[in-house]
Amino acid sequence: MGERTSLAQPLLALQEVSSHYGPVRALDRISLTVNAGEIVTLIGANGAGKSTLLMTLFGNPRASHGQILFAGQDITHLPTHRISPLGLALVPEGRRIFPGMTVLENIALGHTALGNHRQGPSLDFLYTHFPILKERQRQKAGTLSGGEQQMLAIARALMSQPRLLLLDEPSLGLAPMMIRKIFALIRSLVQSGIQSGVQPETAVFLVEQNAHQALQIADRGYVLVNGTIRLTGTGHDLLNNPEVKHAYLGTLV
Amino acid sequence: MELAILAQQTLNGLILGATYGLIAIGYTMVYGIIGMINFAHGEIYMVSAYVTAIFLAVLHYFGLANVPLMLLAVLLATMFVTALYGWFLERIAYRPLRGSTRLAPLITAIGLSLILQNYVRLSQGARSQGIPSLLQGSFAITLGNDERLVQITYVQTLIIIVAFLSMAILTVIMHHTSLGRACRATEQDRIMASLLGIDTDRIIATVFVIGAAMAAIAGVLVTLNYGSFDFHIGFVTGIKAFTAAVLGGIGSLPGAMLGGLVLGLSESFFSGFVNADYKDVFAFSLLVLVLIFRPSGFLGHPQVVKV
Repeated sequence: MGERTSLAQPLLALQEVSSHYGPVRALDRISLTVNAGEIVTLIGANGAGKSTLLMTLFGNPRASHGQILFAGQDITHLPTHRISPLGLALVPEGRRIFPGMTVLENIALGHTALGNHRQGPSLDFLYTHFPILKERQRQKAGTLSGGEQQMLAIARALMSQPRLLLLDEPSLGLAPMMIRKIFALIRSLVQSGIQSGVQPETAVFLVEQNAHQALQIADRGYVLVNGTIRLTGTGHDLLNNPEVKHAYLGTLV
Repeated sequence: MELAILAQQTLNGLILGATYGLIAIGYTMVYGIIGMINFAHGEIYMVSAYVTAIFLAVLHYFGLANVPLMLLAVLLATMFVTALYGWFLERIAYRPLRGSTRLAPLITAIGLSLILQNYVRLSQGARSQGIPSLLQGSFAITLGNDERLVQITYVQTLIIIVAFLSMAILTVIMHHTSLGRACRATEQDRIMASLLGIDTDRIIATVFVIGAAMAAIAGVLVTLNYGSFDFHIGFVTGIKAFTAAVLGGIGSLPGAMLGGLVLGLSESFFSGFVNADYKDVFAFSLLVLVLIFRPSGFLGHPQVVKV
C-alpha cells in the first residue's frame, strides 16, 4: 500500500457496518478501506453478502450498525440518490441497464450524478474504450449481448466521473474471452488514471466470485464469508494463501 | 346520407377519444412508474371542470373580454391548480404508503375519490353547474355538389388542436429531455435510477403533476364544449379513460392516446349506427374482447417478472 495511505485518509472506509434484509442479517460488522488509486477486490461465495455490501453503501438496504465514510464524509444516512453525486458509481449485479432505452440514452443517464453544471468525460473518450457501443449507440440496450451490456453498464458508470468505481461481478455470465477483455479494461482504466478529464486517482472496488482473475489485478483483497471478513491481504498474498486456494481457486492444497 | 353520418361520427369519435386519451395519460403514467391504478384520477378531472368555471368567472369579473386570451389564461391556470391537486394527493396519500402492500394505495385511491367528490359537493353544491358558451359558431365542410359532409364547431376544432398538440408536446418531453429520460429510467428500474443519482420521489411526484395537468386540459376542453358539469362527472369519465389506458396497454404513453381514440371512435360509431343507449356496453365489451386476445393491450408489453 505504501505512501498514499499513510498520507491521507482512505477514500472509502467502512467501520463495523452491519445490514439486514428484514430479520436476516446479511452483513456483520464489516470494516474495510479503499484508498485513492487502488484496486481492491472483495471475493466470496454466492450468498456471502458481496452484493449486499455494495448496495449498503448506497443505503439500500441501509446499514443497521456502523458508519460508512467517503472521503471523510459520513454517508451512512444519506438518501440513495445523493450518494452517486459524491463520486461513487456502481456497476450493479445483473448490470441493470435500461433495456427499453437506447445505448446513448443509457450512457447519458450516467451523467445525472454530475448535475447540469459539471462536465463529464466526452463520448469520444468512452467510445475509444468501448468502440462497440459507438456502433450500437442508436440501438435499444436490451438488444445487446451480455458482454456488450456489461460494457454499457461500465461506460454508464464512468460517465459520472467517479472517484470510486464499484463493480459487482463484471465477469458473471460472460465468455472467458470477454472476461479477459473486461479485466484488461479495468486495469487499463486505473493505470491511465481513468484519464482524459476523468478524476485522477480513481479507485476500483471489485466484487468477484472469479477470485483468480480478480486477485491478479488487485492491489489488495478481502475475503467475505457469511457476512464477515475472514481474510485480508495483498492480491498476491491471497492468491497464495492455502485457504483461499482451497475454497475459491479450486486448487488442492 | 350514409357518408355524411360516417364523417360526422368519425369527427365526434375523434373529439371524444382525444379527451379520453388526455385523461388516460394520467392513469398510464402513474401505473408505469409505481404500478398503481390511481382511481382518484377521474376526480382530478372533475375538479378541473370546477376550476375552469371559477377562473372564467374571475377573469370575467376583471373584465377580460378578449376570448382567445381568456381561454389561454384559463387553460394555463387550470392546469396549474389541478397539477397542485395531483402533487398534493401523491404527497399526502400515496408517498407514505410506498413500500406497503399493493392493496393499500388502491384502497386509499378509492377513499380519496370519495373525499374529493364530497369536498366538491360541499363547497360547490350538489346541483349541476354551468358556464356560458364562449365560442359560438361552426364550420361546415361540404362535398363538391354542395352537400354538407360534416359540421364542426369552433370549440370542437379547438379540442382537436389543443388535445393533439399537448399529446405531441408531452411525447417530445418524454423522449427528448433529461426530465423525460429520468422518468423513463425510473419507470424501468427505480432502484437503478436512484443509484445513478435520480431523485425518484421527485420524479414520481412529477408524473402525478403531468397526469393531473393533462386531465386538466381535458377538463377545460370538455367544459367549454358541454358547458355543464357536476361533482359526479369524474366517475364515468374516469372509468372510460381507465378503459382506454388498459385497451392501449397500461404503462404505455402512445397506448393511452391510441386506446382513447379507439374507444372514442367505437363509442361514436356504435351510437351513430347501432344504438346510442348501449354504447357503454359496447365499449366495455370491446375491452373484454381485446383483453382476451391481447391481454397486455394494443401497445403494452407482456408482464415480465423481474428476478
